[in-house]
Amino acid sequence: MSIQAGWEAVIGLEIHTQLATQSKIFSGAATAFGAEPNSQACAVDLGLPGVLPVLNAEAVRMAALFGLAVGAEVALESTFDRKNYFYPDLPKGYQISQLAQPIVVGGTVAIRVGEGGKAVEKTIHLTRAHLEEDAGKSLHEDFAGMTGIDLNRAGTPLIEIVSEPEMSSAAEAVAYARKIHAMVQYLGICDGNMQEGSFRVDANVSVRRCGDTALGTRTEVKNVNSFRFLERAIDYEINRQIELIEDGGRVQQQTRLYDPDNDETRMMRTKEAADDYRYFPDPDLLPVIIAPETLRAWQASLPELPDAKAARYQASYGLSNYDAMVLTSAKQTAAFFEQTLAAMGAAGDAKLIANWVTGALAAQLNKEGLEINQSPVSADLLAQLLLRVVDNTLSNKLAKEVFDALWAGEGTPDAIIDARGLKQITDTGAIEVMVAGILAEHPDKVAEYRRGKDKLFGFFVGLVMKAAKGKANPQQLNDVLKSSLGPCGEAGGEEGTQ
Amino acid sequence: MSLNATQLKHVAHLSRIALDEAKIPALLNDLNAILAFAGQLQDPKLDALTPMAHPLDQSQFLRADKVTEENNRTALQRGAPAVERGLFLVPKVIE
Repeated sequence: MSIQAGWEAVIGLEIHTQLATQSKIFSGAATAFGAEPNSQACAVDLGLPGVLPVLNAEAVRMAALFGLAVGAEVALESTFDRKNYFYPDLPKGYQISQLAQPIVVGGTVAIRVGEGGKAVEKTIHLTRAHLEEDAGKSLHEDFAGMTGIDLNRAGTPLIEIVSEPEMSSAAEAVAYARKIHAMVQYLGICDGNMQEGSFRVDANVSVRRCGDTALGTRTEVKNVNSFRFLERAIDYEINRQIELIEDGGRVQQQTRLYDPDNDETRMMRTKEAADDYRYFPDPDLLPVIIAPETLRAWQASLPELPDAKAARYQASYGLSNYDAMVLTSAKQTAAFFEQTLAAMGAAGDAKLIANWVTGALAAQLNKEGLEINQSPVSADLLAQLLLRVVDNTLSNKLAKEVFDALWAGEGTPDAIIDARGLKQITDTGAIEVMVAGILAEHPDKVAEYRRGKDKLFGFFVGLVMKAAKGKANPQQLNDVLKSSLGPCGEAGGEEGTQ
Repeated sequence: MSLNATQLKHVAHLSRIALDEAKIPALLNDLNAILAFAGQLQDPKLDALTPMAHPLDQSQFLRADKVTEENNRTALQRGAPAVERGLFLVPKVIE
């Protein structure tokens, strides 16, 4: 959606990323999703008197990896603060977070918006990323005027990734969020599951008239659990604010919830006065020191990240920029592509695989709402199928039929080809016999063709293909037909050449 | 530094403490005396020093990422005023 003329939007994102540790950031309780309520909440998570937090080494390493991946400064010394607020989802009465000295400062992410020649690249700067603990969950229904509290999530390690307000459309915000989402999964520091809340995006949105330098009053949009909803929520919010101002109103600083059922944002609370969290250094936690040699080792351990992988796919496999971007946009998609290529061995054809992964496979996954690692057609099966395309056993059309059968679980490609008799006819002798038969049946059309009616070529292809039940190798069929018919328009006919 | 009545009410609100209006003058008196005592800490000239995050000159001990706490819900919920289906029940808190 484009923004109304004369206006521009200013968007910054805060992304809460749950780190994929086994245990919590300050306690030894488990972090697995979906456990019985409060079965993974220990005395530390409950904030019982006398307990002390002990920091999880893995949470520190994961946060540092993120910083290294975005080219940020990873602080060799960072500290924890208490953010005080009174709410039962954190029974201590405060959240342990990092305000004064966060572990990650700065960093950049490159995004690309639009397709083909209209694509625009932009660099988004990160303000910071800090470690903190997640809160528990409140369940407001079903308890007759009471609220049910599940503290399993309380104490799950998070990094909150804060961007500068540098995005100017919902599309840019989504591109940035997707890039961060891909990176944390490449790094193996977050499972990226938005439905389960492992990756939560809040958008700060304001608008101003083009040319204005001061920022407008912003609202914060929460409760967005998919990229599609993020885009719609921001678009809605931009338009709401523009209409409000054009009607003589004033945007109020608010927290708003996105409601996907009605595709709108709704006021959750106003922030008339700035929140007063009374931050102060947490006396229970000492400064976190990272040794320079440890940081160097972590730097060396970084996996290949999306941008580098996309560049390699273009350079090594000759893939287009677009194919390389799509294949590397998610770690699992890149892994699937590489597994397929490896399984095809010497006959591996990267461009062919790219076409299938971004084409038929992506379409089918999308249709059934599956992730690529849930695909019924595994990388191995796709490789076996494409080997039969490369060796000319299957045309692309027949390959699609085999693909659909694979999807339906009908066995291996070779078994399906045998069972359905789909083998492409590549015996030139057999094709010549079929061509000769068809030409003998239509001497008048042959004569017309030879007089120059070249459109009849397709007519003959159709008839031969029909006789071959669609299985003749298209290229060979063309070649045989061309040589059997002879030159078009050189038989001295009345119609002449076209 | 000293508190006035408005600030006292704000701090009480943040701490979810109900204030008896009649007691405010006495409370202000006491709190301002405490602040004045603590205010002595403002006197030393510390501009040239980097603030410490912690009085101990040590760094944070890190634990290995292992699950060490078993499910101890029954014992931990024994002191809760109300529990249902494994959830702690609290007075309805919705904004």
